[in-house]
Amino acid sequence: MRFSALKVLTEGLTGNRGWRAHWRDPEPAEAYDIVIIGGGGHGLSTAYYLAKEYGLKRIAVLEKGYIGGGNIGRNTTIVRANYFLPGNSEFYSHSLKLWEGLEADLNYNVMHSQRGQIGLFHSDGQRDAAIRRANSIRNRGDDAELLSVAQLRKMVPYLDYDQGRFPIYGGLLQRRAGTARHDAVAWGYARGADRLGVDLIQNCEVTGLDIVQGVVRGVQTSRGPIVAKKVAMVVAGRSSQVAAMAGMRLPIESHVLQAFVTEGLKPFIDHVISFGMGHFYISQSDKGGLVFGGDLDMYASYAARGNLPMVEHVAEAGMTLMPMIGKARMLRSWGGIMDMTPDGSPIIDKTHIEGLYLNAGWCYGGFKAVPASGYCFAHLLATDRPHAAAARFRLDRFRSGRGLMDEEGTGAQHNLH
Amino acid sequence: MRIDCPLCGTRDRREFYYSGHATALARPAPDAGAEVWDDYLHNRDNPAGITEDLWHHEFGCGAWLVVRRDTVSHAVLSARLVKGDQL
Repeated sequence: MRFSALKVLTEGLTGNRGWRAHWRDPEPAEAYDIVIIGGGGHGLSTAYYLAKEYGLKRIAVLEKGYIGGGNIGRNTTIVRANYFLPGNSEFYSHSLKLWEGLEADLNYNVMHSQRGQIGLFHSDGQRDAAIRRANSIRNRGDDAELLSVAQLRKMVPYLDYDQGRFPIYGGLLQRRAGTARHDAVAWGYARGADRLGVDLIQNCEVTGLDIVQGVVRGVQTSRGPIVAKKVAMVVAGRSSQVAAMAGMRLPIESHVLQAFVTEGLKPFIDHVISFGMGHFYISQSDKGGLVFGGDLDMYASYAARGNLPMVEHVAEAGMTLMPMIGKARMLRSWGGIMDMTPDGSPIIDKTHIEGLYLNAGWCYGGFKAVPASGYCFAHLLATDRPHAAAARFRLDRFRSGRGLMDEEGTGAQHNLH
Repeated sequence: MRIDCPLCGTRDRREFYYSGHATALARPAPDAGAEVWDDYLHNRDNPAGITEDLWHHEFGCGAWLVVRRDTVSHAVLSARLVKGDQL
């Protein structure tokens, strides 16, 4: 079933009776060439690119719950490529390019909206850092523009420019950044992978990894054992638990990151806007709700909800930046579980066990990374060599100290990111 | 979330600074080797359930505490002074 304007029109005129399920619901086979643990955004995109770019067959994605029920459905939907450090910068640049072709590639409307993202700065020091970041982004070939206060006032007149505590000095704009409909990204990749023959097996929890003399042989699941030549762990949020089945301890601590949405309002916030002096970033969904998020609650957590101190901080920061939102009523808040690594950057690598691969540690950056993460992980799985755009996401960088990507510059240590 | 400081009583989480898993107290010998140190500094059990982590009662008595709590429910089960353990 291919989506097109004609199809929508025809179905609309004939009672919408021709739509089919977007993907099959197969029984697990006894054996696969590649088993992907985790049917989130990253797992689904990995399966899709394995089938599409590398022509591999006999792939299964095992999902404990249902497709789209994890962190892919619990984020603030921001897509951008404004990272500074080598390693991150080429990776997210690659990802943004994939985003730009995604809807045509998947034949699926993921509502990718390149509405622009503005990172505000509030001091001379922050301006210097923004200029340096902008130069780094432009040197890599992506777009970044420095906005003066006069330019900002025209684009986003509703910010509180003149307050004494955190006056706005300007902003760093990336026009190609924006948002996408998070659920649709999961559905689009799931449908795409399914059409290429990937088995998406839901309600199938992996309960053990079969490892014989340092070689992976398959997985034990709640729906029986499955033999596999290669096993990929793509379960950010639960990475430590799955890796523990292989006897591994990962450089990861899980934290909760909260996000919030208000009642639907008429369109008035046209960009993604990030406050530079507190943790607050906001966009307005197509449905009208203001979607905004903050920082980690800053203690290890697997509860998909946070505590009040961060709610308070986010609300204060929002009111400081744009007091007009004070009258909007908050409808929902939720928390996603983040794999936090010591340096705040992800891991896409082989493990010391032959045939066992790891994709983890997405910290706060997982959503925008979905296309490139799957693309690069598929490359690693298919060729046993890292993709150039993800070559620095090594698991051993903490042990060796080489190639740490500490984007915040706070130190490569747990509890600092 | 509220934490029972043994010195101050039950206090709001805002008074405390979180410093990571209490494994930090089990510092290896200086000559223990790179692998042991890597494991100590970076790798974590990261349990979904009962854990013990270090909290500093920054805006209270200043004591360092080992707090036993549940990472899934956010229930705080107990807190004891680090004093006596090796820091």
